Amino acid sequence: MAVDTNVLEAVIRGALPVTHLEIEDQSNGCGENYAIILVSEAFEGKTTLARHRWVNDLLKKEIAQMHAFSQKTFTPKQYEAYLAKNA
Amino acid sequence: MFRASINSSLGLLRPTLRTSLTPSRLQSLRFLSQETRAQLETAVKSSPVVLFMKGTPAAPQCGFSRAVVQILDMHGVPPEKLKTFNVLEDEELRSGIKEFSEWPTVPQVYVNGEFVGGCDILLGMHQSGELETLLVKGDVVEATPEAEPAATTASPS
Repeated sequence: MAVDTNVLEAVIRGALPVTHLEIEDQSNGCGENYAIILVSEAFEGKTTLARHRWVNDLLKKEIAQMHAFSQKTFTPKQYEAYLAKNA
Repeated sequence: MFRASINSSLGLLRPTLRTSLTPSRLQSLRFLSQETRAQLETAVKSSPVVLFMKGTPAAPQCGFSRAVVQILDMHGVPPEKLKTFNVLEDEELRSGIKEFSEWPTVPQVYVNGEFVGGCDILLGMHQSGELETLLVKGDVVEATPEAEPAATTASPS
């Protein structure tokens, strides 16, 4: 397995306060294709680009070993709105 | 039984594949040369919209690149204002653009020389309306009548 979801989770949780985190392996277990949803108050006041750059930088080593990495980053407030819209 | 043996041989293949990929990965960690950096600086400004992708707009080689092409098309970005680079044709470009943009994945979109983002960001901006605003403000597309009612009555200056 190329990248372990546990590793991704540990790195993220170790770096910022996490309200909610979903890591989905979309590669049928080969560890090459991940999508994450990350909700953190630390994203408050940051643009999407800045948030993604932050996460990209945290997971630099891991992303280099994947084929695809997709992320959604929300503040707790934005996540509530997102859930309400998709309910 | 046959299936099981196929699975195990596939499992064995994986590590060998990884090891053989290592040299190119080390190469991508190499510091970006002044020359490559200068070329990329020219490239990102070579057109109002510049897209670094896998494949071509007519034949994208990756779903994420395809999605970005479709989003740009949906917004009516005219072909003469869009330039695409196929990173699969040029390994130096592929690793260089990642370092240049400090962005680990392809596709990558630049508008008027400014890095905008990859597929996730483009899709989010498309849904929120920010992309339309950016493209109109950047003089890439005309405002649509719904977005800018005044545009229908505006006379050419």
